[in-house]
Amino acid sequence: MAINLSREIVHSLEREKIKEIGNTNFYLCYQCGNCSAGCPCAEEMDILPHRAVRLAQLGQFSRLIESKAIWVCAACITCSVRCPRGVDIAGFMEACRQIVLRTRKVDHLSPVELDAQLLKELPQIALINNFRKFTG
Amino acid sequence: MEISYYPGCSLKTSAINFERTALSTLEELGIYALELPRWNCCGVMFSQSADNLMLQLAPARVIMEARETGRKRLLTLCSMCYNTLKRSLLFFKRNGEKLKKINAFLKLEERDFSAEGVEVIHLLTLLSELDTSNFKMKIKKIKSNLKVASYYGCLLTRPREIALDGVENPQIMEKLLEIAGFQTVNYPFKTDCCASFQVVNRRNVVKKQIRKIVTSAVRNGAEIFALSCPLCEYNLDSVQQELAQEDETFTPIPVLYISQLLSLALGQDPKLNDFSLHRIDPRPLFKEKGLL
Ligand code: SF4
Ligand code: SF4
Repeated sequence: MAINLSREIVHSLEREKIKEIGNTNFYLCYQCGNCSAGCPCAEEMDILPHRAVRLAQLGQFSRLIESKAIWVCAACITCSVRCPRGVDIAGFMEACRQIVLRTRKVDHLSPVELDAQLLKELPQIALINNFRKFTG
Repeated sequence: MEISYYPGCSLKTSAINFERTALSTLEELGIYALELPRWNCCGVMFSQSADNLMLQLAPARVIMEARETGRKRLLTLCSMCYNTLKRSLLFFKRNGEKLKKINAFLKLEERDFSAEGVEVIHLLTLLSELDTSNFKMKIKKIKSNLKVASYYGCLLTRPREIALDGVENPQIMEKLLEIAGFQTVNYPFKTDCCASFQVVNRRNVVKKQIRKIVTSAVRNGAEIFALSCPLCEYNLDSVQQELAQEDETFTPIPVLYISQLLSLALGQDPKLNDFSLHRIDPRPLFKEKGLL
């Protein structure tokens, strides 16, 4: 896929937003791939964590924001503790989710549409945790 | 010794067996956990949105309640509560500005919030500080050859700044289990994530993780899991049951809160464990091993 590296794109507003919400400087990443290697959810992702970080460095936020990866992330922090550059990738992922939730105002998951049987069975620790990640 | 205790939501519902056995184990060892007079849900997961202070209010209120008891230490049993409260405390210690803002907000309640004077401590740390010989003396059941796999999951050891033991290879649970006379097994996935809240809408991710974790533990000789997170407990217990129904070559093993095992070893009333809460019934195994 062609990548547009115009000045406006690379310096877009989202880059400051991600840094601020995720409280991490993703420009420190040197693409070692450690984060992706240990990610328990990598298999289900369309873009691996280290690639997601690279896309952000290149200002390709629209691809990031459209990705499935940011919603498959389980916020387990494995990537962040293993990053040799101290990038908090878990925080970065959260920032990407937040940008979608805040700007599009559409939740990733609608609690009312969940299966009634499942809702009864799931402990509240799973539900609250999930809704805090996937709803705005 | 008295210590303040914050239960959190699960400990009164799905993990009631965890609360009962943990508190009775502590009591046997001379520690009285006093529940906070008032508490609210901590929000389950520490908010990673650094710019949204509203999400820090829930843990801030819990910390405030704890301060008002005048006791320094605040005990949690749930790994997630531990993580959230400990990180929130650290967040306010490091961000004076944010602390001021929260305080301005809470002024309406005429209460004073500060991050000083409170320490959040997890059950495992508290138990490991105790005098080992006293603990050993109290063990009533004969040495059990039950082989236990400790499962730490994510939030006891990540991020590093709140880790209660080594990040990659924690040993704190194994040490406690060995004191209580259990055998422990080594396997490589004890700190791997079970995929957590994805169980709500991406159960397949959880299933894949649970299969990997359980298969590895069983191959290394595990007969049972010990853990301290109510969400890991639900995921391991319910998903194993599902996997076993789908695939007869899959061997499910019971999932227990570590305090359930300690309480049994101390010879306490097995009724403290509501075994009906378990999808994979541990009783046959306990009987076989002389623990029931
Ligand atoms: S582990 Fe850190 S440095 Fe390595 S690819 Fe991931 S974010 Fe970049
Ligand atoms: S926090 Fe998300 S991206 Fe990082 S290892 Fe865990 S699941 Fe993967």
